[in-house]
Amino acid sequence: MEEKYLKHKYDPIIPSKNEWPVVKLARERKEFVKKVSDLAEDRILDLADQNPDILKEELETTLYREKLRIKQNSWVVDPDDEGSFWGEVKASLLQINTSTDLSKEKRLQGYKSILNRITSRYAEEIASNFKHTHYKFTRSVVTFGFSRLLNAARVKGFKSIFSNQYTLQDKIQITGETDQLRDLATKGTVVMVPTHFSNLDSILIGWTISVLGLPPFIYGAGLNLFNISIFAYFMDSLGAYKVDRRKKNLLYLETLKTYSKEAIKFGCHSLFFPGGTRSRSGMIESRLKLGLLSTAIEAQRANFQEQKNDISGKVFIVPVTINYHFVLEAPSLIRDYLSITGQERYYKENDEFSNSYKISKFLFKFFTKGSDISVSIGKAMDVLGNYVDENGDSLDKKGRKINTRDYFVSDGEVTVDHQREEEYTNMLGRRIVEEFHKINRVFSSHLVAFTAFEMIKASNNKLDLFDLIRLPEEDITIPYEEFKVNCQRVMDQVYELKSQGLINVAPHLQQDMDAIISHGLDNVGMYHAKRPLIRDSEGDIVTEDMSLLYFYHNRLTGYGLEKLF
Amino acid sequence: MVSKNSSKPQEKCIGVIGVGSFGTVIANMLAEKNQVMVYARKEEVVLEINTVHSAQGKSLNPNIKGTSSPKEICEACEVLFLMISSSGFQDVVQSFAPYLFPYHLVIHGTKGLCLNLEKGQTLDSVKKIKRSQILTMSEVILQETVVVRVGCLAGPNLSKELTQSLPAATVIASKYNEVILEGQSLLRSEKFQVYGNSDIIGVELSGVLKNIIAIAAGALAGLKLGENAKGLLISRGMVEMVHLSNALGGSVKSVIGLAGIGDLVTTCNSVNSRNFTVGFRLANGEKLDEILASMDEVAEGINTIRVIKAFLETADLRAPITEYLYRVLFENYDIKEALQFLMKYPFNVDIDFF
Repeated sequence: MEEKYLKHKYDPIIPSKNEWPVVKLARERKEFVKKVSDLAEDRILDLADQNPDILKEELETTLYREKLRIKQNSWVVDPDDEGSFWGEVKASLLQINTSTDLSKEKRLQGYKSILNRITSRYAEEIASNFKHTHYKFTRSVVTFGFSRLLNAARVKGFKSIFSNQYTLQDKIQITGETDQLRDLATKGTVVMVPTHFSNLDSILIGWTISVLGLPPFIYGAGLNLFNISIFAYFMDSLGAYKVDRRKKNLLYLETLKTYSKEAIKFGCHSLFFPGGTRSRSGMIESRLKLGLLSTAIEAQRANFQEQKNDISGKVFIVPVTINYHFVLEAPSLIRDYLSITGQERYYKENDEFSNSYKISKFLFKFFTKGSDISVSIGKAMDVLGNYVDENGDSLDKKGRKINTRDYFVSDGEVTVDHQREEEYTNMLGRRIVEEFHKINRVFSSHLVAFTAFEMIKASNNKLDLFDLIRLPEEDITIPYEEFKVNCQRVMDQVYELKSQGLINVAPHLQQDMDAIISHGLDNVGMYHAKRPLIRDSEGDIVTEDMSLLYFYHNRLTGYGLEKLF
Repeated sequence: MVSKNSSKPQEKCIGVIGVGSFGTVIANMLAEKNQVMVYARKEEVVLEINTVHSAQGKSLNPNIKGTSSPKEICEACEVLFLMISSSGFQDVVQSFAPYLFPYHLVIHGTKGLCLNLEKGQTLDSVKKIKRSQILTMSEVILQETVVVRVGCLAGPNLSKELTQSLPAATVIASKYNEVILEGQSLLRSEKFQVYGNSDIIGVELSGVLKNIIAIAAGALAGLKLGENAKGLLISRGMVEMVHLSNALGGSVKSVIGLAGIGDLVTTCNSVNSRNFTVGFRLANGEKLDEILASMDEVAEGINTIRVIKAFLETADLRAPITEYLYRVLFENYDIKEALQFLMKYPFNVDIDFF
């Protein structure tokens, strides 16, 4: 059961906070926002071919969508002057459109100035509000609060609240290439790409980063999270910039990408959840949202263009998987998934993280009961998905050193080719998914959920997924011995995959099968009102909620294990 | 544009690997606008190229330089045309891999499939293969080297006609626009049109699968079944190509393009091609072993039929022409009987894709 996970806390790699890229960025916030807004403006003008008519259309589309959004979907965080701002935009647009005597050049000028006002506003809205004092405070609250809770729960007795027997690292295990990550973070720029199952992930990753002694990473957090004050505070202090998923217009997306690209170029370590949002199905993300990922590639190319060819200009991609026995939001996530896939007739929004009370309740539950989390740090790669060595040099499959710059070269020069970079982004996306699968750690709960669901599926092979999930739970019983045999088969295959380096397993899987099963059953979705898997009075395996069982089962899809059934 | 080209024709050097008939033609075409270096494995061929400007008897533009060093050609040229036979493809790519870097652009003109099996396994030992165990030529390049900007050249391009400067066209397929544009600017001429296609897998598969149909076309000719039958075969053959290509990851559109139907028609009519000859001689009662013994190079279609047959074992798909040709070639099935079966095969619908 013992394993080598990280127990000590690392020293910070950059002791002086004034040297932290994120602090430097915060100091230059105003200039940076201006730069982002100007660059975004240039990009959009390029996309519009400097043509006033195309630009006009983009502006009008943006205006229309923004007005619609304000009317139909406004949030607490939205600034009060939104209505008046877009009103002014409308008036200015109208003015240019109606003056028929303007030359083409003049019209372009007019539209440009409107464009600039919009990108400035967006850039300002996106930019993070990192404050070092807040960061320090949040970090200590999280660490202190979490470990107090933990000790109170595990070491019995009133005084135990001051005990230091357990630290957070006993609860959250950090494994994998931690040293490489620390090392590369001092030399180049790191872009961390974790899997995303729960809203807790951002806090968890933030905490991981601080345990590893890394300066804070910036990352894009959904603006909806800023609706909740407790989250808003955490996010701001962790260096989050804001991503508003309601705004799908070109102007916004280009500004957002420019922000991310410039921040990486600035040397800020960044964090993207490449799945875009939490995995609804519970599967490891297989199709990544590539928008932000492309900014890492762009930033790398831009560094090469500026002749930053050494490691200081290099961007490293570090995949991370987070494994839980339990995802608080699972019931609503899987409901979303099923309704998106089209079969349930309606779905109602029910966000477990909708208010601070619910979150605190969850945190208390989480720390007082014994459910472990593991964070596995993968090997660092360059932006094309090649592994890198200790000096940050890229290696090809045969271990030969190659230069990442060469990927951007044609006729001897670094060139800008958006179509090429789009393909590179796809390639990188596929590499990340591949790495996710390799560093994913199988937990006992994943094993039992997977086996149980596949057994139920196999014995009802005429039913499709949706009928399967609607099976009356009371009709489903799996005899324990049969279950055990099948768990063993899945497990053997998992170890086979592990020997090929295609998956990883948690140390608690080294016990005998009875112990693994009971550990798995105890832990799988342990805080849900309806448990995905339990043993009944006869000792057989039953489920209380098929969709939840499906959700936890999904964690092991994508490995071809289904073929065992 | 013209002035730009003429201002630096000497600086840029284009590499051609392999001096078979197609390689020689391409090298000559490229040499009209650019400096060209060709690679041949045998020293005596290199000597022939550099002294009398011919490769195994086929004349070469005197400006073309020959080398037998993979290192030299990779260092001199950023753009490489890989013009080698499919049987030696994987070995050649492996021997070039140490000298290739991500800045290289590689365009190949090889029609064939490779297998991606574990050590010790052969097609005979595994019998069934999945898509992941089949590699197109561009996938071989991606797997064996660090080059990512890969393209392929396919279409009705009979070397003999190209040598005579008869009008023709080809397709350059690549996921990267820059590869297509580069290939177009290097090869395009008054007599040679170059189309672009982003579906590289579909284009490669079209070039490969049409060889199967070419064998069948030879068989029809050998049995003297006439032109109606050939039209029937080409149409049914194309439908089969569409389904196979789709199952292997290509798009329907590419099969209908120049590299698909264009090449198919040409190949089914070119009585001198190896695939056609195999079919023709089969129809005249010869056995596969006898035919193979008298041919100096393997007809690619035979290998393709074996690979596709093994793939069909794992895919939920029927490909009657391929399946019956397999039985004729490897299971001593009578070719006339096979034809009977194909005529009776329930193709009720003319077109069942889109």
